[in-house]
Amino acid sequence: MNFDFSDDQKLIQKTARDYLAQHAPLSVCRRVLEGNERYDAALWKGAAEMGWLGAAVPEEYGGSGLGHLELVLIAEEIGRSLAPIPFSSSAALATEALLVAGSEAQKKKLLPRLCSGELIGTLAVAEGTGDFDVATPGTRIEGGRVTGEKLPVSDGDVAGIALVLVRDGSGASLALVDLEAPGVTRTSLESLDPSRSQAKLGFSNVPAEIVGASGKGREIVSKVLDRAAVVMAFEQLGGAQRALDVTRDYALGRYAFGRPIASFQALKHRFADLFCAIELARSNAFYGAWALSHGNDELPLAACGARIAATDAFELAAKDMIQIHGGVGYTWEYDCHLFYRRAKLLGLVLGSASEWREKLMTRLEAREAA
Amino acid sequence: MDFNDTAEEAAYRAKARAWLDANAEPVDPNEPSGDPLAEREDDDMIRSAKAWQAKKFDAGWACITWPKEYGGQGGTTMQSVIFNQEQSKFKTPPPIYTIGHGMLGPTIMTHGTPEQKTKHLRTMARGEEIWCQLFSEPAAGSDLAGLRSTAVRDGNDWVLNGQKIWSTGAHFSKWGMIVVRTDPNAAKHAGLTYFILDMESKGIEIRPIKQINGGSGFNEVFYADVRVPDSNRVGAVGDGWRVALTTLMNERVAIGAGSATGGFRHLLKLARDAKRGGRPAIEDSAVRQKLAELWVTQQGLKYTGFRTLSALSQGKIPGPEGSIGKAVGAPMAQEMAALAVELQGPLGATRDAAATLHEGLWQGMWLATPGIRIAGGTDEILKNIIAERVLRLPPEVRLDKDMPFRDVPTGPPSK
Ligand SMILES: Cc1cc2nc3c(=O)[nH]c(=O)nc-3n(C[C@H](O)[C@H](O)[C@H](O)COP(=O)(O)OP(=O)(O)OC[C@H]3O[C@@H](n4cnc5c(N)ncnc54)[C@H](O)[C@@H]3O)c2cc1C
Repeated sequence: MNFDFSDDQKLIQKTARDYLAQHAPLSVCRRVLEGNERYDAALWKGAAEMGWLGAAVPEEYGGSGLGHLELVLIAEEIGRSLAPIPFSSSAALATEALLVAGSEAQKKKLLPRLCSGELIGTLAVAEGTGDFDVATPGTRIEGGRVTGEKLPVSDGDVAGIALVLVRDGSGASLALVDLEAPGVTRTSLESLDPSRSQAKLGFSNVPAEIVGASGKGREIVSKVLDRAAVVMAFEQLGGAQRALDVTRDYALGRYAFGRPIASFQALKHRFADLFCAIELARSNAFYGAWALSHGNDELPLAACGARIAATDAFELAAKDMIQIHGGVGYTWEYDCHLFYRRAKLLGLVLGSASEWREKLMTRLEAREAA
Repeated sequence: MDFNDTAEEAAYRAKARAWLDANAEPVDPNEPSGDPLAEREDDDMIRSAKAWQAKKFDAGWACITWPKEYGGQGGTTMQSVIFNQEQSKFKTPPPIYTIGHGMLGPTIMTHGTPEQKTKHLRTMARGEEIWCQLFSEPAAGSDLAGLRSTAVRDGNDWVLNGQKIWSTGAHFSKWGMIVVRTDPNAAKHAGLTYFILDMESKGIEIRPIKQINGGSGFNEVFYADVRVPDSNRVGAVGDGWRVALTTLMNERVAIGAGSATGGFRHLLKLARDAKRGGRPAIEDSAVRQKLAELWVTQQGLKYTGFRTLSALSQGKIPGPEGSIGKAVGAPMAQEMAALAVELQGPLGATRDAAATLHEGLWQGMWLATPGIRIAGGTDEILKNIIAERVLRLPPEVRLDKDMPFRDVPTGPPSK
């Protein structure tokens, strides 16, 4: 049994951590959050140069040909640094969608540009309030042209392409849309975490090509979401661990009643609970990474476990972070709100934890019935 | 990353499996099984447990990690885990040797004299004699070092007086390991000494205690001028706390990777069989959310166990983070049982085997699980351990540390 990452993989992670410590201190996240940039373009370029965006993409498509075990460890570091870049939309969602369902021509044409960071991609499924996974999309394709509206779309305002779930006759298909094409309107939405942008995309008779088999859009999206959920679980873990580390240091340094607040048992037990939540999430995420990298049939269940546990752990970490910091934790000046926002954003952009719990039960029941 | 067995591990597993196939009956995975604190007082059960242990010993499957000279197999922890994983798929008698094999044997190996090792370890391994742990007292549980049973030197003997409590299996044990105070004038942790005690000695009285689930797995044990030869002392006089810590550390290492996970399938089945609003309860979204949450926790525990095993497999020693298993697993087991009972509606309030779903097993588990959250370190003590030893947060403020034990307060000041 070796349920751990290899030394080479850990080295890749360490390199990513060091790079981000230098190029993405929390002040970088804050600058994007406070300013008008939608993401940090220099950091995005750096991430591409480091080979992160194509970590799991074969070399023939311009990737670094490493694998998903490397990709998830990089995601963990992106999470730890709260990097303000469209990593999960482009490197997880759009890239995985093309890897899962793209034709040879689509992969040849687009993956190299996604890996080099020159093109940003995203996935557009949700249409307004409710589940991420819409049963019958209102957006439709007819005669190769897409019409409708998608919202919210993560990084939809900075992406150059989107894979859009559309109604196609009686079924649903995944359509590849060039967001620079005429007929596309992009509206930035105010994001709960402005260091990760969100948009509304309108399509009016926009030319598109189908990705994967026509009528199989929902199945493809479901596969892509499972893969992205595992990658994002590591991003969430990185954020949660950083929140715990920062909060621990603060609690050791802050004195009240003549002693460090970290010595109060009410806080010690909060820390212990948080530690358990993070470690259980890590174990679930490891299992997800294993299933993902081995193309194992356990992935649909493992992805649910990773998504739910990591979402809950990061949200708990971020909430406790503010609580344990006291008044300063509630100020704009302290960094706690960066974590609080990022945890909620990541916990929702692929569908909420309760949506995933429901999905998990459906899958568990199907397996028991089999 | 790969959690398949290595070639050697697979070969070992196959060998274990073949022996178990030939010697035990497999468990039906669809049949709801047992209460986690199975009652241990019945004579037939003890006979069958002894017979099973002797059979394993004779075939070379007992105390796998112990050195050969003490009746073990000189094997690795990983091998022992593999055997236990395979054994859990078979019907075997309840585990009455966990305390002896998991905690007391290793303590003798670390601190015992050569004579003690020769005399006890092999018979312990073969299960001929059962051992119990006599640590807790009415006034000393979490705060174990606050114990007040005494031993006074008299020639070549020590004379023991006092009371122990919650002593699991004392009523069918031949031997016990006991910690007593030999110097009340020393500081709390300094005045303790550790002994091996023959449970048939004169002056010992064992009274079973009835638990909330109706069973009596544990006892109170009284000592009136019980003589213990000095040759039964484990470690130096006054060094009992250090010896006891070895026992307690081994308690935590008793790993059960994947063992707590069988219950979930049965819970799922129960949710299909139970009704809510005339429909199977599993269709109710509140029930689904709760089940999903429990599944994720249980998976997290399972794979945390696998991560520990990976560390073991690479020859690393698991640290205090092993406390997660019990800190999370015990309350989770209680929650699972509570959900299963609640899903049965008003009928859940009965224990009638014929009327309830799954023959009242969940009611039994609901009554037993509060004990798991207390035995072997309470939830709160485990959280203290995680906070202090893993996260390195400051220790609890202690008011009793440097005073002589006789001055330590034991209750509210009298008016
Ligand atoms: C089923 C079962 C089997 C057992 N078997 C054995 C056995 O074989 N041998 C043996 O020696 N003992 C045995 N025990 C005893 C067990 O180890 C003790 O019950 C346990 O350590 C708690 O001690 P206590 O009962 O004195 O409770 P207390 O220590 O009085 O605890 C009461 C409450 O106070 C809390 N508390 C205490 N100290 C702290 C602290 N520092 N911080 C926060 N909260 C605190 C506890 O968490 C608990 O909630 C068994 C117990 C059970 C339930």
